[in-house]
Amino acid sequence: MHDVAKHDAAAHHAPTSFIGKHVFSLDHKVIGKQYYALALVAALIGMSLSWLMRIHLGWTNAAIPGLHLLTKNGAPGDVMTPEFYLQLMTMHATIMVFFVLTTAPFAAFGNYFLPIQVGAEDMPFPHFNMMSFWVTFVGFLVLVSSFFVGTGPTLGGWTQYAPLSALGEVGGPGEGTGVVLWALSIAIFCVGQLLGSLNFITTTLDMRTKGMSLWRLPLSAWAWFVTSCMGLTAFAVLMPACILLILDHVAGTSFFASSNIVINDQMQPHSGGSTLLWQHLFWFFGHPEVYIAIVPGMGIVSHVLITNMRKPMLSHRVLVYSMGALAVLSYMVYGHHMFVSGMNPVSSLAFSFPTLVITIPSTIVVLIWLGSLYGAKLRINAASLFALGFISMFIAGGVSGFFLAQPSIDIMLHATYFVVGHFHLVMGVAAMFGIFAGTYFWFPKMYGRMMNETLGKAHFWLSFVGAYAIFMPFHYLGLAGNVRRYQAFSPDYMQRFIPLHKFITVAALCMGAAQLIFIYNLIHSRFWGKPATDNPWQATSLEWSTPTTPPPHNNFGDKLPEVFHDPYQYGVESSVGDYVMQASPEKVKTEHDEA
Amino acid sequence: MGKFFAVTIVAIAILSAIPILRHTWWMAEDISTHGAPIDEQMSETMAEAGISFVVSQFVLALFIWKFSSPKPGDKIKNFPGGAKAMVWAAVLLVGTEVMALGLFGVKAWATVYFTPPAANALPIQVQAGQFAFYFRYPGPDGKFGPIHPDHISEATQEFFGLDRDHDPDSKDDIVTAEMAVPVNREIHLLMHTKDVGHSFFVPELRVQQDFVPGLDLSLHFTATKVGRYEIVCTQLCGLGHYNMKAYLSVLSQQDYDEWLKKEAALQ
Repeated sequence: MHDVAKHDAAAHHAPTSFIGKHVFSLDHKVIGKQYYALALVAALIGMSLSWLMRIHLGWTNAAIPGLHLLTKNGAPGDVMTPEFYLQLMTMHATIMVFFVLTTAPFAAFGNYFLPIQVGAEDMPFPHFNMMSFWVTFVGFLVLVSSFFVGTGPTLGGWTQYAPLSALGEVGGPGEGTGVVLWALSIAIFCVGQLLGSLNFITTTLDMRTKGMSLWRLPLSAWAWFVTSCMGLTAFAVLMPACILLILDHVAGTSFFASSNIVINDQMQPHSGGSTLLWQHLFWFFGHPEVYIAIVPGMGIVSHVLITNMRKPMLSHRVLVYSMGALAVLSYMVYGHHMFVSGMNPVSSLAFSFPTLVITIPSTIVVLIWLGSLYGAKLRINAASLFALGFISMFIAGGVSGFFLAQPSIDIMLHATYFVVGHFHLVMGVAAMFGIFAGTYFWFPKMYGRMMNETLGKAHFWLSFVGAYAIFMPFHYLGLAGNVRRYQAFSPDYMQRFIPLHKFITVAALCMGAAQLIFIYNLIHSRFWGKPATDNPWQATSLEWSTPTTPPPHNNFGDKLPEVFHDPYQYGVESSVGDYVMQASPEKVKTEHDEA
Repeated sequence: MGKFFAVTIVAIAILSAIPILRHTWWMAEDISTHGAPIDEQMSETMAEAGISFVVSQFVLALFIWKFSSPKPGDKIKNFPGGAKAMVWAAVLLVGTEVMALGLFGVKAWATVYFTPPAANALPIQVQAGQFAFYFRYPGPDGKFGPIHPDHISEATQEFFGLDRDHDPDSKDDIVTAEMAVPVNREIHLLMHTKDVGHSFFVPELRVQQDFVPGLDLSLHFTATKVGRYEIVCTQLCGLGHYNMKAYLSVLSQQDYDEWLKKEAALQ
């Protein structure tokens, strides 16, 4: 724990040059905002790609004006080719999973607020921190550059199953240079996340200010800590897997390609590789990744809800233990992605059981949220609406997990739109709602201005109804056997799905348009929003105790704060109202005790 | 606004449940002998997941309705039973659900994967490749000739890479682009791919199995209803993935024999 007396404010000089301040900044707050900006750009690109895909799925032969500008050969006459559809799909998923869902809730908000919430002046390794952002940025550039190189980006999906991904251009457009750039980008991304995770873990364990015991950490800080532990192990497996995949392309190795592969009547020069090896390595990362995307959202939503319910959760500790249980179990369930992969059917049962068991900590989290709502003095604002929307989405996306955990039912649902509906609700939309809740909640602290509430609520309503209108029908389509990753529905029995796809496309375009309200609100409020006070939500945790808003370069001025209370002292009687801040020495009656 | 939100949640929960209750979009009719426990398992899971979904959404809506417009003097209250009640509820309710689904699930899975095919099952070989399925029947000798990957040629239509001149077992093998099976006869499907990963999915037959390069896998099933169905690929295999399909005809024994004779004549 950091000692207040030893703290030397002079050791933490604020940079003066533009580059030191805004570009190669060592300040965790600037790095957090850089991550947020990257996630925002990535989300806009990812969403635009999904618009193109949706239009194509509703009206397969329709020309999309200007589409040819994005691709050399992918859109003759502005009509999307099958391979270009798959390339857009792969890029949509990769951008969203890595550069939005991992970057925004974890790296962006975590960077900005974890050090402040633990009461530190910065992260312990600011150079690593700066590097983690810039490395991630380079990873993003490498990924996007594949649009402009050779035959375009890879078409193999974000899972990049071998051997399609390991054979080179002979497998299809983008399967040569496109795959190499994809794997390179993800390997670079992993380096960034590993550096970030190290910083997060050390910050949580080593940089807490006086009085900030582990149990006094807010739930958001706990969530980032749990996530960084997952990140450290999951990305450490994905990175070597990507390097091996690159070697299969450039060094003539055969890690993931087996013998006797014949394409275009030619025997491929590979032998002895294992295609299932890639799936094991990928999903060993891939399933924890789902929780890397969602656990920060759970923390942020809990933090936002508590402030807006004016009461703590039923149990702080149970929520922390549940997030920990999710993290541990997330490594034992990855095989449920491989039930029909040809893996030993006994293994399928072995993976099925922990997958069903993981619903227990998830259910505990949901029930604690619901139970805590009972008796609350709930404030309805954009932040709390998105937090409550998160719970609704998490339930909707969570219950479909029951199906996919069972190998016998998975026979009918594997690789169908049911899966697409499931993960979009539970890790896509829910995580996005967590990001939105965090944005509306923390924006005043980050920029010193309030966001527009009316626009925020309009954004919420359109997004909430839109998300259900898009992703609930996906489940129905999946049940009826609609296979995913098809650019057109050519089998006879899929013809009747097309009208529903048209409906989904319209819903997706409307919901996408609603996000423009958010972008407008973000930019407008940044420059012209109402000035924010230091603690506009009457909240308790340390980020609301900074001497200025936004916080100064070293967060707390000359003296680090001392913590006197558990994080969520709401519903008490104090000199400031119904709450008492962590850094306030004031004694209150009926203090909620978690420690 | 809180009350409006509560109503919206309830409306969405009800609207979402209607197509499920009415089976507007549901699994195709089952034409297999092993599909019944899978369908049962699906229905049970749907009931449990559906109830969990609707009840949780209703409770969320109820609490938002009740607690989102507090009066100035209101005090916060705690849920009777506190966190302990929640943990027990989750462990007992979901735990029981998990055990039940898990145990029944094992049974359903076992009927598919842990029962060997009958000795007299009809062997049919299927080969997946970008972007078509080909099928091979052993012919009167009941034996499949060996595959020579270096002989595989789309150009000469030698899809399986057979060497009919030198391998006696290959001579009478029948290669087809459509699959036909006799009704009510167990089929032992021997699966391999010539290139990348693919998958064999026939919703009506309640089978889905990946083709894995380097592995020979097998499935067995019995079709119980005459008709024409589709086999589709569910593993992303390249630009033509969406179009990788084949027809499966389930025929009476007599029609099947005639079909096979006709195909044999075409070799």
